[in-house]
Parts: sequence; C-alpha cells; structure tokens
Amino acid sequence: MSAAPAYNEDKGGSAGPGEPEYGHDPASGGIFSSDYKRHDDLKAMLDTNKDSLKLEAMKRIVAMIARGKNASDLFPAVVKNVACKNIEVKKLVYVYLVRYAEEQQDLALLSISTFQRGLKDPNQLIRASALRVLSSIRVPIIVPIMMLAIKEAASDMSPYVRKTAAHAIPKLYSLDSDQKDQLIEVIEKLLADKTTLVAGSVVMAFEEVCPERIDLIHKNYRKLCNLLIDVEEWGQVVIISMLTRYARTQFLSPTQNESLLEENSEKAFYGSEEDEAKGPGSEEAASTALPTRKPYVMDPDHRLLLRNTKPLLQSRSAAVVMAVAQLYFHLAPKAEVGVIAKALVRLLRSHSEVQYVVLQNVATMSIKRRVSTGPRPALVVQQGMFEPYLKSFYIRSTDPTQIKILKLEVLTNLANETNIPTVLREFQTYIRSMDKDFVAATIQAIGRCATNIGRVRDTCLNGLVQLLSNRDELVVAESVVVIKKLLQMQPAQHGEIIKHLAKLTDNIQVPMARASILWLIGEYCEHVPRIAPDVLRKMAKSFTAEEDIVKLQVINLAAKLYLTNSKQTKLLTQYVLSLAKYDQNYDIRDRARFTRQLIVPSEQGGALSRHAKKLFLAPKPAPVLESSFKDRDHFQLGSLSHLLNAKATGYQELPDWPEEAPDPSVRNVEVPEWTKCSNREKRKEKEKPFYSDSEGESGPTESADSDPESESESESKSSSESGSGESSSESDNEDQEEDEEKGRSSESEQSEEEGKKKKMKKRKKVPEGQEGGSSSDEGSDSSSSSSESEMTSETEEEQVEPASWRKKTPPSSKSAPAAKEVSLLDLEDFTPPSVQPVSPPTVVSTSLAADLEGLTLTDSPLVPSLLSPVSGAGRQELLHRVAGEGLAVDYTFSRQPFSGDPHMVSVHIHFSNSSDTPIKGLHVGTPKLPPGISIQEFPEIESLAPGESTTVVMGINFCDSTQAANFQLCTQTRQFYVSIQPPVGELMAPVFLSENEFKKEQAKLTGMNEITEKLTLPDTCRSDHIVVQKVTATANLGRVPCGTSDEYRFAGRTLTSGSLVLLTLDARPTGAAQLTVNSEKMVIGTMLVKDVVQALTQ
Amino acid sequence: MIHSLFLINSSGDIFLEKHWKSVVSRSVCDYFFEAQERATEAENVPPVIPTPHHYLLSVYRHKIFFVAVIQTEVPPLFVIEFLHRVVDTFQDYFGVCSEPVIKDNVVVVYEVLEEMLDNGFPLATESNILKELIKPPTILRTVVNTITGSTNVGDQLPTGQLSVVPWRRTGVKYTNNEAYFDVIEEIDAIIDKSGSTITAEIQGVIDACVKLTGMPDLTLSFMNPRLLDDVSFHPCVRFKRWESERILSFIPPDGNFRLLSYHVSAQNLVAIPVYVKHNISFRDSSSLGRFEITVGPKQTMGKTIEGVTVTSQLPRGVLNMSLVPSQGAHTFDPVTKMLSWDVGKINPQKLPSLKGTMSLQAGASKPDENPTINLQFKIQQLAISGLKVNRLDMYGEKYKPFKGIKYMTKAGKFQVRT
Repeated sequence: MSAAPAYNEDKGGSAGPGEPEYGHDPASGGIFSSDYKRHDDLKAMLDTNKDSLKLEAMKRIVAMIARGKNASDLFPAVVKNVACKNIEVKKLVYVYLVRYAEEQQDLALLSISTFQRGLKDPNQLIRASALRVLSSIRVPIIVPIMMLAIKEAASDMSPYVRKTAAHAIPKLYSLDSDQKDQLIEVIEKLLADKTTLVAGSVVMAFEEVCPERIDLIHKNYRKLCNLLIDVEEWGQVVIISMLTRYARTQFLSPTQNESLLEENSEKAFYGSEEDEAKGPGSEEAASTALPTRKPYVMDPDHRLLLRNTKPLLQSRSAAVVMAVAQLYFHLAPKAEVGVIAKALVRLLRSHSEVQYVVLQNVATMSIKRRVSTGPRPALVVQQGMFEPYLKSFYIRSTDPTQIKILKLEVLTNLANETNIPTVLREFQTYIRSMDKDFVAATIQAIGRCATNIGRVRDTCLNGLVQLLSNRDELVVAESVVVIKKLLQMQPAQHGEIIKHLAKLTDNIQVPMARASILWLIGEYCEHVPRIAPDVLRKMAKSFTAEEDIVKLQVINLAAKLYLTNSKQTKLLTQYVLSLAKYDQNYDIRDRARFTRQLIVPSEQGGALSRHAKKLFLAPKPAPVLESSFKDRDHFQLGSLSHLLNAKATGYQELPDWPEEAPDPSVRNVEVPEWTKCSNREKRKEKEKPFYSDSEGESGPTESADSDPESESESESKSSSESGSGESSSESDNEDQEEDEEKGRSSESEQSEEEGKKKKMKKRKKVPEGQEGGSSSDEGSDSSSSSSESEMTSETEEEQVEPASWRKKTPPSSKSAPAAKEVSLLDLEDFTPPSVQPVSPPTVVSTSLAADLEGLTLTDSPLVPSLLSPVSGAGRQELLHRVAGEGLAVDYTFSRQPFSGDPHMVSVHIHFSNSSDTPIKGLHVGTPKLPPGISIQEFPEIESLAPGESTTVVMGINFCDSTQAANFQLCTQTRQFYVSIQPPVGELMAPVFLSENEFKKEQAKLTGMNEITEKLTLPDTCRSDHIVVQKVTATANLGRVPCGTSDEYRFAGRTLTSGSLVLLTLDARPTGAAQLTVNSEKMVIGTMLVKDVVQALTQ
Repeated sequence: MIHSLFLINSSGDIFLEKHWKSVVSRSVCDYFFEAQERATEAENVPPVIPTPHHYLLSVYRHKIFFVAVIQTEVPPLFVIEFLHRVVDTFQDYFGVCSEPVIKDNVVVVYEVLEEMLDNGFPLATESNILKELIKPPTILRTVVNTITGSTNVGDQLPTGQLSVVPWRRTGVKYTNNEAYFDVIEEIDAIIDKSGSTITAEIQGVIDACVKLTGMPDLTLSFMNPRLLDDVSFHPCVRFKRWESERILSFIPPDGNFRLLSYHVSAQNLVAIPVYVKHNISFRDSSSLGRFEITVGPKQTMGKTIEGVTVTSQLPRGVLNMSLVPSQGAHTFDPVTKMLSWDVGKINPQKLPSLKGTMSLQAGASKPDENPTINLQFKIQQLAISGLKVNRLDMYGEKYKPFKGIKYMTKAGKFQVRT
C-alpha cells in the first residue's frame, strides 16, 4: 500500500502533486506516452493469480482515475478481472468499467455476461450491484439487455434490487430515449411499490423520464403521502417537489374564498364520488350532490398532503425543510403558510451555503406584494410571516458579504411602520462597517425603506445627507444616487440639499454619483437658478475628462438650462454640444446631434423645438425602489432557477391552479390491483418479515414505525384509514383481516344490511337509559351497533370460500375503502358533523349502492359520535348562582367532537340568569393556562335577559392530562375565576376496532402499558346492558365486538395525542371480574381503571 | 442530478474528481476559479455558479472546495446538503477531513463516493450503512488485510438498508454498554456599544455517543421541555411522541450522532454570562489610539467561565499595537489587522484586561469605524437556558447501561459592537 502513492506521484510526471493540475487534459498524449511503459507492471500485476497483487494494481488504477489521469490503455487487462472472486477487486474493476466502458465499447461487451450471471445471484447485494454496473456502462448496444434486466429487477423480491432498478431507469433513458414507453411501464409498476426504499428512487425516475405523465401518480398519491415520512431524506425532497406540481394540477387554489369550509357539501361531494364508482345507475345522485360544492372546500387529499408534510419541517436535512417550505408556500391556504417561518429561520444557523440559499428564498417570500395578482393568488404571501424573527436577520460583522447583502434584503423587506426605528438603528451601525460593498448596499436599503415608509422619509434623507461628508467616496457616491431618487419624490422642499450636492461635484469622482448630481440639478434647475449655470460652467471645463455617463448628463443639463435660462447658458450649451460632437463615443455624438436639433431652433424644423421644453422638462414619475427579488416568485421556490433568476435546463414551470378541480375520484385505489400486490407482498414477507413493517402505512407523523407503541398506532390506522386495505397485506393475521374485509363488503348483505339497521334501532335504547342523553343521536347508536353487526357478519362470512369472495369483492370493496377515507379525512381535517345522518334519504333505496352507503357510514372507524351519551358526570357546576351574583353556570361534556379542532374536548356551558337585570357581554377573559392546554373560546354572549338561559360550546385541549383549565368568565361588570377539570374518561374519543384489531393492538400494549385490577361486580351490575352503560358513562369509549359473552371490550383514542386506550372487562357470572386497560399513556390508564372500577362497584 | 464532483484545495489544485455519469472535463472548473478570484475570500465564493452548460454548486469546508457539477434543474439545497453530508462522512471515516487525508485514502474515498451516489442520486448516505459496505481504514485492519488477503469491502447487504431503522446496524455488541449525551448550548448575541443586548438567542444541540448492544429503545425526557421552541431531530426520533408528550423516544444509531438541535423560545430572556468593558478611541490629531478591554463575568450561575478568547478585526488604519494583558497571551497580525487575545479562565476577583495603545498610519484621518469584538467562551456543567434532562430509560434490552449526561454552554456568534 505504501508504494502506491509514491508510484502515482512519480508516474504523474509532468503534473506533480504540487503543481496546479486544472486545465490539464487527462487524455492528452503527453503524459500518456511517457507513462505507457510504466503501465506494464500494472498489467503484469493484473495478470497474476494472486488476489493481493491484483488488488494492489486496481487500487493504483483507481487512484489514477480519482486524480483525473488517463488509465484507459489498461482496459483489456482490467476487464479480464471482472469475474474475479475477490469482492474488493471486483468492485474496483466495476468502478473502472463504469468510467471507461464508454470509450472502449467493444471490449466492454466482454464483461456483460458476468453481469448477466450476477443478476441471477442469490445474494441481493450482488444482484443489485450487477444491475447497477450493467446500467451504468453507457454502451448503446446493450440497451435491450438493460431493458430486460430492469424489467426483471423491477419485480425482484428484494426491495433493494427494486430500488436499483428504479435508479437504472433514468440511466437507460438517457442512453436511448426510444425506450420511453417501456420504461414508463416499469415506472408505473414500481410506483405501485409500497416500500419506502423504492418510493424515492422511482419518483426520481418518474421526474426524469416522464414528468408529464401525472396520471400515473393518481393511484399512488395517497400512498406516497402516507409513506413520505419514512422515506429517506433525498427521496423526500424529490417526492415533495413532485407532489407540489401534482397538487397544482389537481386541486383548487385554497386562497379563493377560503373562509367557507363547509362540512356538509364536503359530505355530499364524497357521496357523489362513491356513486360514480358504482356506475351509471346513481348518476342522478351525483348530479344532485355536485351543485352543493360551490363554496371552496379543500380536497381531503390536498389536506392530506399538507398534513403529512408538516412534520418534515422538523427534519435535520435543510433540503427537506426547504422542500416542505416551498410546498406550503405554493399550496397552503394563506393562514397556514406561517408555520414554515420558524423552520426556515432555524436553517440560518446552518452552513453559510445553506444560509445563502435559504435567505434567497426568504427574500422572495418576504416581499410585500401591494397588488395581489389575479391568476396567482397563492403567491400573495401572508404578510409578516417573518416579522417575529426580524432579529434573526441582524447582521454580524463576521458574516460573508454575500450573506450580509441577502440579510439586508430581508431586513428591508420586513421593515414596516412599526419596526422601522429599530431597523434604521441597525442600519446605522452597518454604515460604519469596514466592508464597503456592504455599506453601499445598506445605503440603498435605507433608500428603499424611505420610499416604502413615508413617515421616515425625512429622517432617512437627513441621514443620507450626513453621509455625504463621509470620507469614503464609495459611501458618498452611493448616498448621492439614493438621495437623487428620494428627492424626485418631493423636490420642492429640498433646494438646500441640491445646493449641497452641487458643491460635491468639485470633489466626488465616482461617475455614477456625478451623473446623478448633474441630472438632479438639471431636473430641478428652477429651484437652484443661481447655481445651475455655474455647475454647467465647471462641467464644460472638465467635459473631455469625464466618463461617458457623466458626459451624457452634462449634455442633458446643458439642454435643460438652455431651455429655462437661455440667456446665461446659451454659449455654454453650444460649447458643450460642440465638444460632444467630436467625442469618441458615438452615443454621445448621437445625443449631441439629437439635442442640438431639438433645442436650437433651426430654419426648417421648428415643429419639434417648440415642444422641446415638454420633452426635456416633463414631470417624471418618481422611481420606485424595488427589491431585486420582486419578480422571482414565478419560479418555484427552492429551485435552482429561482436562485439564479433564470430558467435552468430541465426546469418545469409550476402550473397554475386549475379553474375546475379535476375528478378527485381518480385517486381512489382499485381493489384488483391491491389483491395482486398483496399476493406479491405476502410472498416477500416470508423472506423478510422485518422488512414488511416499513411498508406499513404508518401514521403520518411517525418517524420510526418499528417500535411497539407506534406500531400499534400505525397498524390501527392502517387498517382503518387510507383506503384499499393495502396495509392489511403486511399484517401477520392477514387472513383474518381479509375475512373482515369480506365481512364488511360482501354481497350477501342486502338482507343482512337491513338486519343491521334493525339492530341499530334496538340498540338505541341502550345509551338513552342513562342520563336523558340529549345528544345521543342516531349516529352514535348506529356505530355502536355497527360494531355488533360487524361481529356477526364476520362469523357468518367465515364459511364463504375465499375464491368466491375474491370474485365478489371488486365492486363492493372498492367503495368501502373510499368511504372509510372520507370519514378519516373529515375527522382530522375538518369539523366533523355533530350529527351523522345514518343514511341520507336520497340514498335509501334498495340498490346495492344505498346499502353500501349505509354500511360505510355505520362502520366508519373514527366517526366521533360512535357512542356518545352525555358524560357520566352529568351537569357540573362552574359558577354558583350566589357567587356569580345571579349568574349560574353549569357545564357538561357533550362528547361531540369539537368543531374546529379535533384535539379539543367540547364542553357545553349553560348560562342561566337568575338575577333581575340582564347580564351583558359574557365572554372568556384572558385564560392563564398550564402549558399545553388551550382553549377555544365561545363567541361572546351579548346579553342574557333575566330568567333566561343559554348554552354555548367551547373547546378545550387538555393535552391528555386531567389538569384543570382555569380561565375567567367576564361580564361587562364582573370577572369570575372558574376552572374546568375533566374526568379522565372525557379525554378520549371512541374509535372503532374489530375484534382482531383490538387483540392485535392489545398485544402490543403489554407490560408497563397494561394495568389490571380485580373487582367484584355488585348484583345490580351484572347485566350486559348495565355494564356497558356504566363503562361508557365513565369513559368516552366505543364498544368493540367480542366473541365471548362475558367479556366486554371498549376502545378509544386520547384526543390530543391520539394514543389508543383499550379497555377489557372480563366478568364471570359469579360477579368476580377483571378490568384491564391497555394504553400507551400510563397515567391515563391508571386513572381510568380507578374511575371505571368505582363506577362499576358503586 | 449530481453529475460530477471535484475536490479543489485552496491553492486551486483539483486533487480528486469523481464522475457519476459521463465524464465532465475538468475545464469546467475554470468558471469556478474565475469566481473564486473575483470573490477574494474563500467564503465569499457564491455557492451556485452558472456556466453555459453546467451549474457548479460548491461548499467550502476544511479549506477544501467541494464542487458539484450539475446539468439540470435540481433544488440547490439538495446538492449542498449532500456535499455537506459527504464531508461529514469523510470526517466520520478518517477522523479529519483534510487534503492529505483524502489523498492518502483515495481508494476508500472513491469507493465511498461510489456508494453514496448512483447516477447522481443519493443511494446510501447513512454512515452506519456505509461503514458496513466499506469498512473504514484502521491500522489493525490494514495489517490484517495484508496478511489474510481479506478486504474492507462488505459482501452482504447492510442489514440497515432494508430494516425500518436504516440508521442502525444490527448485531451490535459491546462489553461495556454506555450512552452519553452532551447538551451543548450556544449563545448567539449582539451586544451594542452601551452594553445592552440587541439580540440574543440560545441554540442547543444534544450530541449522543451511544454504544449499546442489540436494539435498545431509549426514551429521554426533560424536566422542562417547554423551553424548546423549535427542534429538529435525527430521523430516529419518533415525532409523534414528541408532539404528544414531549419525550424523545428513539432507537439510536450506533456510535456518535446528533440527536436533536433546538432553539430556545425567544420570549425567554437570555442570560448573558459575560460582559466586556471597552474603551477604544482614535484621536484625529495624533497617530496614537487608546485600546482597553476588560472582560468580566455577569450571569454565570456560579460557574467559572473558561476558554475565553477575544478576537477583533481592527481598521486598516491601525499599523501596530502595543498592549499589555493582565493574563493570557495576545497576538496582533499587522497584515490582516486581526487581534486575538487568549484569556483563559476568568477570575472574578481579578478581572482580565488588555490595555495599551495602537499606532495609526501617520497623517491618515482617524478611521470612522470601531472594531467589533468577538468573544469565545465555555462554561462547563451548565445549560444556560436551564434545560435539564429528567431521565433516560431503556426498553427492549435486558442489561443495564451506563448513562451519562454532560452540559456545556458556549459562545456561538457572540459579538460586542464598540
């Protein structure tokens, strides 16, 4: 090894290590011929049988390649070793091959058979690397072989090999673009892949080969959104930018009347979609539903994208953060864009190159757009997104100049009426910096602030005038230029400044500044009638020595003076014009000729000269000092093109929002595809059981889904959410799940379905028995019953043969997952309707469609009103009538989802006025809340007449703790301190689980997460009915079907964190019972056990 | 995506090149050299340089320019982030990333680069995975390899590649199981002339060194997690648990890694542990200026301030300085006009000071700017934000690991304007 560098160095000959090597063509004959003989020993080493010698030789050769030396004459000797047993030699040979195969195509063909053999190797690493090298050697003749290899690898068992196949696609495409159609097929196939490993690579291939085939994404859109968090960083960047483009073509702009987030239309809209899927029979239903879609409703898929990308703002990779930021900037409703500011500011702590790019983007984002342009409403940035972070953009003397200037740009953009004093004070210190380029930029920034903010214009102007006495000429010159622009805005008042500037012409040498002064004097010569001619006199004297730009302005000044004050300046002007006539620069000669014709009345052409005054002294609009970033926003942020402010090769324009949203149903996933996949997946699973986890659709915010707790999350979600049951393919008890699926969607249903509905009605009585539950509505019952019916249907269906159900499934299960999706998305994004129509009247028919509709509604997993009798706690007093001086306030936990924020517990507050005067202006005063807890206040009650009472709803996010929320109730005259402490059972919402899911989840939540308590049920409490009632009264849980009669199961999720809470009660006929609670949240679990035991034993 | 990579040292030699697609001639770097010349200072070279057919994206670290050549539109941060990752990987492999080290290990470097990108798209960038594919060179391994003829290239696919925890290799074994966490906070501050704080923020990181057998699942909780305003995580941290419970729950990578970086919310007032008294004045008439700095402790929570260094870039007009420090040593470079004073520990009883005169260019008018003073310091066993780790628990493995937490506060970009 030690010989290697030495060898290389003297081999290098003419290009020794110390010499600059750049520009040295590695292929040039010079070194080559002198080295020719030296390569003989390498050849000899490669020809030996000893691996160590071969390795040594290869290492030297690779070192040569790395240093840019030509080693191509060794090709025959190296290629022989392609079949070498030693894996390192082999690898290095691959490296060599990839580098030189292009140059020696014929010889390279010798190695192909080795790779073809490698493609069949049992070791996946070898398969993958064979494919990698095969696809990397750019020899057109092997295109068919490559195509074949890619196709084969695309259906390889190993996801790693499939990933390599995805990488090979763009390679082949760049070699032979005629293969596009075939490659698209492969891409389509790989896009359907569910592994995080493949996702990034295949999207990259998609972007390079067929970015226009957006239709390929539809089916995979939701999957990609859900996988996103688990994809590696590089893949995330590519996927996010692809999805940004996708969303721009598929969704409506969120900024068009975004306030109207209406739930009902949302529902109808979805209903229509299902109908469509079922064929023409339900066309009418669709058409009736469509008109209700008028107000803008964000497509749930659009929301899904926004929600799933948001956690990535916390990524350690700057590229990912930037990608998400641009996605939000381009896609999110105005109100939500703000979340990206913090993350972007964080990136400013990173390496200076990262800062550079981020600041460029922040500069664009922070520009205030005065006019909101019609066609690109999304680009109207929420103002002040970065304002809270103003200080993060303050400049340090150690920043590189390019960073300083960008920060300055951002500071200028952020300056407004309120913060301008601080910004100007900062600028003042910058002006004294040693970095003169930066000082110049600061002066311009001051100028921009002065034009944008009228209030400080005079202050700025004074400051700039003071700078005119600065010793540094650059500073003075820059100030002059800026002052000129400012003066144009209000010239009348600034005669003094103009005089001051006129004096400067003696000293200042910077041409731009001189030109600016001359222009100013010319333009406002009537304000300085005495000085102007004198300046012209001086300038005429030095005319020949001036720069071109100054000369032009001298001519200009002369012309203007001639027009206003011809008596004094006629001769001077003529002198200047004659000088200019013989100038070297043709621009100046032209200008002189032109000016002379205009101002000096000649015999024939009087027409123009009569208007000369108008031409020269027309009032000119004041310049607008604008950011250089003002028109960058038509480039996609974060892109190279944006950074360069020029279209880069291969840049794809971000499309405008469509006027009409394209059909959203295209994203619904069809089932046949799924069954296919699941089969393949299953096979794979046997080989790599570990791997299968990553395929799971983990929760949107999970970063690692292998751990038991989070898996429980993701599993439960995956089985319920994001359609098509694709996730079920991974679960071990897949078959059971399939049975279930079958149970849900089989066709024997018609009658069974009706049976269900009947059961529903029967069930209704159960919860009502408790506390006159005003809010226990139909929806809630139906869901509880659905769980029952689920169970029965399941058992019924078990006998059906798999083959038969598979045949039957497609039509029905297609709609079932879609409908599930609805409820999921609804719940998390929008305010869920408090009352769920069991089946809308229009849909109640004997058709299959209607049945499915009913079905989906009943078994929608997360419908919040599953079982919602009013809380067991009943009405509780918040404020006693005496303490409240006549105002009595009670509260109940309504157990309805709080509209606006699904994490909030909705609390009904009843006010009644028992005094004899009306109480006015009831509202919530500034709450002092423990960290994490937040309150959504109820709208102010203007007046409550004596004797009257009213009920309002407020939402409290207790953050999964039983800490009390303290706040003030204020009337116009008084303030009352009140506090609401939730029973632990109110911190959760019911969730639907099947028995199997329940068991699976429970199995994951063992150990510390399991709390068990033994108890004896009193006689009064032994019937099913009572037990269920008592449990549900204590905790807001949903019943889970159960095979055995003396076991009761309930499931729910905590509101804030969404962790599962599973409750099992095993009651013996004797009265002995065991209560088990499984929850990730141990505190909640413990408290819940206590509460339930108390409720049951009392 | 990334077409080629050139490594250029500060004297303008291209000492390594790697191409992932067809070869791009070195001459493309001429555009880079042009820009480098124009920028005068290395850090002012624009990170993105457009040329007629290519775009050059570069990062500058360890006195080496890493120049990536790309041909088509690609998010610039994607490339820049990748280049930084390359540097980090080299550092991880060889301990330092410098020109001689890269030259010595050119084959390993080349192999690593080969694995990191495929056709210009990142393939394996986790150092845990890379180290299984290509073992980092150690003296022992080099000896063993020469004797046994074995290689440092792995022949199996790294298990991490396929698992859901790609950052951790499987089958890790240690005799001593240890997990160390360093909470390091940096204060970024700008202090104005009068000593009042213009801006101050605390940025922190938690660097971990975890050497645990098997697949441990760790949770780290804080006494006061609300302090953390903005966080970014290593991919191993479960975001959901953090969101809901403010607990860091993760399966750690093997070895050293940065678990978390955070920003302490801006509302909290930042304690500034040091103050600087300064009296720097130039007189118009004479060619002498007065220079006087005293550094003292302010809010240090009873801890000593160590490793104090004061640097200052003086105006060009200053020819030389004759200064007397009360402790430590100082240097002044008359060419770059950089003054640096290595103070060491601050003893509150006897405050360190640096006094003396500056000789200015005769006849030149007094410089109109005053130098800014940059400060470096360290305080051991203190997280200035008050952040405290509550406990560290391990699940999934039976043994009892040794756990350690260390706190440290440092000056980040700490500037005093005068």
